[in-house]
Amino acid sequence: MAQDERIINIEHLSKSFGDKKVLDDINLYVRRGEFLTLLGPSGCGKTTLLRMIAGFLQPDEGVITLDGRNIEGIPPHKRPLNTVFQRYALFPHLDVYDNIAFGLKLRKTPEDEIDRRIRKVLKLVAMSDYEDRDVETLSGGQQQRIAIARAIVNQPKVLLLDEPLAALDLKMRKDMQIELKEMHRKLGITFIYVTHDQEEALTLSDTIVVINEGKIQQAGTPADIYNEPVNSFVADFIGESNILNGTMIRDKEVSFIGHDFKCVDSGFGEDMPVDVVIRPEDIYFTDSDTKAQFTATVKSCTFKGVHYEMFVDTDKGYELMIQDYDAYEAGEEVKLYIKPGDIQVMRKERTENTYEGSVVADGKVEFLDTEFECSTEGFAPGDKVLVSVAFKKVDLLDHDDEAATVGNVEFILYKGDHYHLTVRTESGEKIWVDTNDIWDKNDYVGIRILPKDIRLTKLQENG
Amino acid sequence: MKASRVISKAYLWLVLIILYAPIAFIAVFSFTEAKSLGNWTGFSTALYRNLFTGSMQNSSALLSALENTLLIALIASLVATMLGTVAAIGIFNLKGKKKATMNFLNNIPMINPDIITGVSLFLLFVFLHISQGYTTVILAHITFCTPYVVLNVLPKLSQLNPNIYEAALDLGATPMQALRKVLVPALRPGMISGFILSFTMSLDDFAVTFFTRGTIGLDTLSTYIYADARKGGLTPELKPLMTIIFLIILAVLLIINMRQSKSSDKQ
Repeated sequence: MAQDERIINIEHLSKSFGDKKVLDDINLYVRRGEFLTLLGPSGCGKTTLLRMIAGFLQPDEGVITLDGRNIEGIPPHKRPLNTVFQRYALFPHLDVYDNIAFGLKLRKTPEDEIDRRIRKVLKLVAMSDYEDRDVETLSGGQQQRIAIARAIVNQPKVLLLDEPLAALDLKMRKDMQIELKEMHRKLGITFIYVTHDQEEALTLSDTIVVINEGKIQQAGTPADIYNEPVNSFVADFIGESNILNGTMIRDKEVSFIGHDFKCVDSGFGEDMPVDVVIRPEDIYFTDSDTKAQFTATVKSCTFKGVHYEMFVDTDKGYELMIQDYDAYEAGEEVKLYIKPGDIQVMRKERTENTYEGSVVADGKVEFLDTEFECSTEGFAPGDKVLVSVAFKKVDLLDHDDEAATVGNVEFILYKGDHYHLTVRTESGEKIWVDTNDIWDKNDYVGIRILPKDIRLTKLQENG
Repeated sequence: MKASRVISKAYLWLVLIILYAPIAFIAVFSFTEAKSLGNWTGFSTALYRNLFTGSMQNSSALLSALENTLLIALIASLVATMLGTVAAIGIFNLKGKKKATMNFLNNIPMINPDIITGVSLFLLFVFLHISQGYTTVILAHITFCTPYVVLNVLPKLSQLNPNIYEAALDLGATPMQALRKVLVPALRPGMISGFILSFTMSLDDFAVTFFTRGTIGLDTLSTYIYADARKGGLTPELKPLMTIIFLIILAVLLIINMRQSKSSDKQ
């Protein structure tokens, strides 16, 4: 792609607040005129990224270029960008007209020009005749329109929108989404939009950038992101999905939920552990024994307006979510199949917990800032070691008196027959846990690992 | 039921009478010519006439004390308003422990007895070899007024949309323009009430002025009245003066209250 198609280019951008790294080596470009959405859960770093583009924050490392020019050190009031803020940030002492005129007046635009542009932009946001109103007398939706008008009247090169619809109710939000899309089409300005609402992102965007824990997980068109998520986080965050452990038997053949399936993926190697994503609308019911790949018992069935959402237990004991236009009663035995093209196979990001640690004494090893008991045969105190612990060998306790250390549950993924949890320990590191117990996000848990489940290998010393 | 209502009403009136009787007393006796307080020698506006024409004994001293008082109050409360507003913005943008500490430090001078503030400022000025007079009194008044401005501006800041300053920058305002065109207008009600409070605090201050005015014979109204009363009886013309000051303050308070109820109606 030609360089001049890129209006914004971001390279190796990092930012930390204190010890916490909020953005880690972000590389991203924005095409001229596109609607790009930064999507991620709260605290993922998306707003920080937007604020650095606007100039309210300075990056620790990395470069942002606008139209090929490095904008480092340029203060926000000199950047040809405008922002629509969360909760509008209108000036309460000015009326609608003066709010919108604020930027133009600072730039010494002639009065009649200001007048003409304000009328035009008020028409665009469907707020004509509101010029003299006090902004505090307007409803949330109206204030949001004025905030958008105040930004676009300056004809910025890029419009930055920081969760602009988050404060509106559902109905208003849906209407504003359509209007925003329409405005983007009419204006031809590049939009960078921040949201945590995946549905909003799918509806509005030309490009979605999924961010989690300060890193870009995936960037692509809404269809790409939905159909081909690159990891289990994206698959879980965008839309509904069944995420399952599987094994790639050989090219184009994958095994999961206790059955072998044909698929279209290759190049993973043989007998390779993988994650498999099946969208709930991609599991089909059939009457034919030859077509059926496995059977299941319907556990529950709920009408969702257009389709039915069913949970089934498969013949090998896995739980799957299925969406279909036909309803199957709870208790019913059903035959199911999945088409090869609908199976999304992803490389596993990790297969077990590994930490760098050190042997502190005979039978004692330190990692996660904690001493654990285990067999240290073959190692001497002071040795640096690589510690491995299988996901399902980590015990979570609801009290901390028997626990070696404690942590908070950060992320929960259901994998058909067990939960895969991400737990942030006291030392700030992560430990991944497979469990059948039900925990909630942000639960405070005790962490225990039995001595026999800790495996040590010699750490290769560098130099 | 009825009896208890009568009692509660009577109680209210009793409290009001006790509160306002001294002021009413001075106001009433400002309309008679008697030299000694409490003697009614018939209605007269002679004291008012004396006050405005200056045909009374020591009138120049009284008028210069009044002038000093107003000038000191005006300068001190203007400076305190500016300092206090900037300080409030700073404190507001602090986080956690630092913010709590600064708030605490801001509150101490307000609870600190005036006499201690006065003596410690006196010692400070002596220590720094600053010759005492007009400047030291103004500095001292700024010192004890600023916390009140901070206290009045802080709540306005927390009502403000946190992005409003950035929104101004985003629209092309320099930091100074953003402060002048957006932040100050939004904080203006708090700054005005901080200014008025500072002004009245400065007007009626005695202890701090007494210790920081030095020996050049600088008098404000409070120190003048104190000296005057000790010399043997109040100058009769002080009664109409106090009545006028009271009425002015009453008017200012009424205006503030009306403005506040108007702005809360708007919301």
